[in-house]
Amino acid sequence: MDSFSALITDIGDLLAVYWKTYLTGMGSTLLLAVVATAIGCVIGLICGILNTIPYAPGDTSAKKFFLKLVRAVIRIYVEVFRGTPMVLQAVFIYYGVPYVTNNAMRFDSVWAAAILIVSINTGAYMAESVRGGIISIDPGQTEGAKAIGMNHFQTMTSVILPQAIRNIMPQIGNNFIINVKDTSVMFIITFTEFFAVHRNIVGLNYMYFPSATIEMIGYLAVTLTASFLLRWVERRMDGKSSYELVQTDNLTMAAGTYSHPDRGTPFDERSGEFGATGEERKRIKLGLKNRNGSARGER
Amino acid sequence: MSDAILEVRHLSKSFGKNEVLRDIDFDVHPGDVTSIIGASGSGKSTLLRCINLLETPTSGDVLFHGESVIGGKVNPNKYRAKVGMVFQSFNLFDNMSVLKNCVVGQMKVLKRSKEEAEANAMKYLERVGMAPYIKAKPRQISGGMKQRVAIARALAMDPEILLFDEPTSALDPEMVGEVLQVMRGLAADGMTMLVVTHEMAFARDVSANVVFMKDGVIWEQGEPARLFSAPERQETRDFLARFMER
Ligand SMILES: Nc1ncnc2c1ncn2[C@@H]1O[C@H](COP(=O)(O)OP(=O)(O)O)[C@@H](O)[C@H]1O
Ligand SMILES: [Mg+2]
Repeated sequence: MDSFSALITDIGDLLAVYWKTYLTGMGSTLLLAVVATAIGCVIGLICGILNTIPYAPGDTSAKKFFLKLVRAVIRIYVEVFRGTPMVLQAVFIYYGVPYVTNNAMRFDSVWAAAILIVSINTGAYMAESVRGGIISIDPGQTEGAKAIGMNHFQTMTSVILPQAIRNIMPQIGNNFIINVKDTSVMFIITFTEFFAVHRNIVGLNYMYFPSATIEMIGYLAVTLTASFLLRWVERRMDGKSSYELVQTDNLTMAAGTYSHPDRGTPFDERSGEFGATGEERKRIKLGLKNRNGSARGER
Repeated sequence: MSDAILEVRHLSKSFGKNEVLRDIDFDVHPGDVTSIIGASGSGKSTLLRCINLLETPTSGDVLFHGESVIGGKVNPNKYRAKVGMVFQSFNLFDNMSVLKNCVVGQMKVLKRSKEEAEANAMKYLERVGMAPYIKAKPRQISGGMKQRVAIARALAMDPEILLFDEPTSALDPEMVGEVLQVMRGLAADGMTMLVVTHEMAFARDVSANVVFMKDGVIWEQGEPARLFSAPERQETRDFLARFMER
């Protein structure tokens, strides 16, 4: 009990002096994670879309060659950035670019470098998620769109991507949370975020454990908030679980709200009639696959 | 010059070495219902998919108002907008409400305004009895309702011909009737339809022409009264006999 109250006192002392430093560090961590996750998602979307442009039998060989080239380039990008540690990528890019170009090209701001590195890294993971999200959508959706004359772009933007993005929302959230934590390796290029702040402070006063406790609580607070927000967004995207009947004339049946139990997880106890929908099962399967396969942050 | 809206000429389709359609030849005339019958695996779906260019035929031709649609002479998207398709598995857009399903193609493909598209969609949704459900998502309605929405979605594009690929085969028996009733109504109004179906009573009652397929080949075609009562080919007799037993 004594040690516990000592810890509280130490944390109080630390915060009294350094609260602004911790807060600034957390601000940098959050900003970097938000911006890099957003840019990473855009990169991932672009790669995922380019990756899934179908060949048609009538295509010219130039178009086929170009599509193959695009797929190969994306494949290499994904493998390289997924297959090497981000801390090394940071060193490689931040110190390597000026080295190779004889200082003709270098990063004037450590922010620019950090955002670039984390974005590229996130993009590599998101490219695979988006590709998986797109190919997991029932081909019937594409056929339905084609059958009414929609072109590839219209089919993608109106039908496939909205569903694919909904399905990969959990992975976008995952990537954000991983970025919150893993941007700590950016200390290697002197980027001062939440964890770097801790290193600096304990270097001065050796209060490792109290400061680490602050860090733990800080990271958890952010990641829990993120999880909560993500759930909320997902619910918003799913829309209401019930719909209203629209009365068109006096003869139609009484209007009312009809509720369908299409919520919750497929593992919830439910009557057989309303088992998990195919869509839900696919989403869960996709999530599990990515978790077991190539989830980020298994370091 | 034939008055046919759709002419299928010597159409063949192979998947690798597997020859699924061989020398298919028939016409669809405006205002007529043409039914295609045959055991599963005989190539009926592939034929419909070749007709609206979801598959590319290996050889042969498809003429729409006398003009070939094969080989890049016609923009496939523009052509498909005029040839509606209703699938066995509905293929409604899961991310959209019933109304949006019937509006999105009109706006994106036909460039109609939102008001115009919604008014047109409502016209057909009322016709299939789905107007009260415009706010529902596909996952919230029954199979029969989904198929009626799919029909309204196709109709809302104001197509010149509608293709149906076993529209009632994925439905629970008690929902088959509501979909067939809608289709009978369309036939009575003179909608040109090409219908793959196992509903022999429907084929007999509304078709102008019935096409019997087996192993990728048309064995026999003709007026339903004749084809059902006095089939010429042994294969047709066998198929019908097996069918009537059930
Ligand atoms: N994409 C495809 N690739 C290879 N074979 C196919 C493909 N689509 C259909 N087939 C084959 O073509 C044959 C006819 O299929 P289908 O047209 O679906 O028949 P039906 O609709 O009459 O049941 C089947 O043997 C099927 O296996
Ligand atoms: Mg079929």
